[in-house]
Amino acid sequence: MDFQLSDDQRALRAGVRELLAGRFGRDRMRADLDAGAGLDRTLWRELARAGFFALRLPEAEGGVGLGLPEAVLLFEEAGAALLPGPLVATQLAAGAVKGAAEGEAVVTAWEPGRPVAHLDGADALLVPGSEGAAVLRDAGRARESAVPVRSLDPFTPLWRVTNPPEVGEQVSDGGRLRTEGALLTAAEQLGSAARTTDMAVQHAGAREQFGSPIGSFQAVKHLCAEMLVRAELARSAVYAAAVTADPVEIAGAKLLADEAAVRNARDCLQVHGGMGFTWESDVHLHLKRAWLRAGWWMTAEAAEEVLATDLC
Amino acid sequence: MDLSYTPQEEEFRARLRAWLAAVLPSLAARPHPDDWPGRRAYDTAWQRMLYDAGYAGLHWPVDAGGRGATPAQHLIFLEETERAGAPYVGANFVGLLHAGPTIAAEGTAEQRARWLPPVLRGDEIWCQGFSEPDAGSDLAALRTRAVRDGDHYVVSGSKIWTSHAEVADWCELLVRTDPAAPRHRGISWLAMEMDTPGVTVRPLRTLAGSTEFAEMFLDEVRVPVANRVGAENDGWRVTMVTLSFERGTAFVGEVVACRRTLDALAAEARADGRWDDPVLRRRLGRLNAEFRALWRLTQWNVGEAGRGGVVGTGGSVFKLRYSQARQELYEAAAEVLGADSADLDREWVLDRLSSLSYTIAAGTSQIQRNIVAERLLGLPKGR
Repeated sequence: MDFQLSDDQRALRAGVRELLAGRFGRDRMRADLDAGAGLDRTLWRELARAGFFALRLPEAEGGVGLGLPEAVLLFEEAGAALLPGPLVATQLAAGAVKGAAEGEAVVTAWEPGRPVAHLDGADALLVPGSEGAAVLRDAGRARESAVPVRSLDPFTPLWRVTNPPEVGEQVSDGGRLRTEGALLTAAEQLGSAARTTDMAVQHAGAREQFGSPIGSFQAVKHLCAEMLVRAELARSAVYAAAVTADPVEIAGAKLLADEAAVRNARDCLQVHGGMGFTWESDVHLHLKRAWLRAGWWMTAEAAEEVLATDLC
Repeated sequence: MDLSYTPQEEEFRARLRAWLAAVLPSLAARPHPDDWPGRRAYDTAWQRMLYDAGYAGLHWPVDAGGRGATPAQHLIFLEETERAGAPYVGANFVGLLHAGPTIAAEGTAEQRARWLPPVLRGDEIWCQGFSEPDAGSDLAALRTRAVRDGDHYVVSGSKIWTSHAEVADWCELLVRTDPAAPRHRGISWLAMEMDTPGVTVRPLRTLAGSTEFAEMFLDEVRVPVANRVGAENDGWRVTMVTLSFERGTAFVGEVVACRRTLDALAAEARADGRWDDPVLRRRLGRLNAEFRALWRLTQWNVGEAGRGGVVGTGGSVFKLRYSQARQELYEAAAEVLGADSADLDREWVLDRLSSLSYTIAAGTSQIQRNIVAERLLGLPKGR
């Protein structure tokens, strides 16, 4: 037993971090935000070339042949960088939807009762059910009855689909897709929670009030310490769930990662004071995305029920 | 990231499990919590059984009389003994988890030969003389004086929150040997025999009604200079070795115990119909996530320490969350118990009271947050 990242896993994480810093750094992210840019197909293909979507496909099928632990490291970095797009659904659909692994097809997910993200830029819809999973190859049919929602998160356009798409071809075991979707989303939440911790610590060390860095005041210091505790507990839960792929452990990971992302973003905002409440600060982008993700794939209520059923 | 165990580790688990199944039924009934002589006898008998079976000092280095077990084996040991309902380390806590490892790391060959075997065999019990009435979390503020007189130190002062003091043979004592030095220097680590003239122990009653720990008064107690572990005035560094053990591994078995309690709470709620209450059910589900993750965090910390990381600070992260979660667990227990939560004889009611100490003992949560913020996050020290 050695529950730490292997050298290969460290290298993979560093590589993804470098790729995202180069192609979707903060300046680019803010420029996209100001431009109200949609899904960037060029960037999407670059991610695909780096193996983002084909990561878990067998090498014989043109994939990278890695597993959930490596996928989790990728999505953690994506969450930290605020990388937009239906990344989770597209990776889950790689191998089942033509072109998804190569970044040619964008796949988004449909969940009952929730608005669909990036419907305008998607080629296919993944419908994870508890029984089986289905793919509607044409997202256009869903768009016919869709009404745009003014989205809370400026990076995530949302559409209300009034007529649920008909179930199409079954592609995979729906239960497995659901838990894997929850785990990858939890990994994004973990990345966001760790990033907002860094942002808060950076600000608390630099910003001076009353003649001292505010990070020397216990009230601020303790907020930052609790942020790290939340992120590290979520990290252990997410990584372990990636190794075991156990549905109960994944439910726990989603619950704790959602909590870490949302609460850390809120505490980060508090540490930034008035600056944190402005559009110029990135804090609100993390908080808004964290709120959306908390509702995707597995809500707190659903996770708690899974975890309760596991007892005794 | 590897959570699997090697065939050797699985074999270790199987042997341990078989041994536990064979010996546990022969154990005497657990003594009453306030029966300290009874508790000492019970805990030392268990330690002797571990020693005879080759499980004593499992994680101690071999040259200190231990088994040199891998961290994974140590975790398996803690997991299996707790799962089987074996006794806790109990009165042997300080000897096995504080004083012993400190002597093993910092003591001379002579000191190790004198003090370590009796701890492993369960022959001698240690207590901890760190805290003082005016120096709790601010340990470096301690004032107990030790003045050199020939080949003895003459020690005067008082200690508090000393667990097991009434039944201990030895005390790991922090004393100030140079009052003029800066706070963290000028402290020395002494092994003091508890029946030395001048030592007075007065039990303290906790809010749970038990005599869990004691005050200790030291009036010109003569301690041989040969009983000092580490250099004179170097006791602070020596102590930090001990405290990193405390925060790093001391609560590992308890996490397993909390998971068992959580299962029992769910069973109780199902039996009396409370399980249909979604608020209670979901609360227990959330605690399930919490304790599962704390177990994983333990494995992560152990992996990090195995690679040369520091257990001490990772231990602070763990302790902050665990002490909180333990209190929430027994709050949930009170909800499951309903009206019975007023009955001190009902299971979990006393645990609810004693859980209140967890955010205070071994460094309060506020001190742990300072440690996390300053040492892990690099935030500036406060004034």
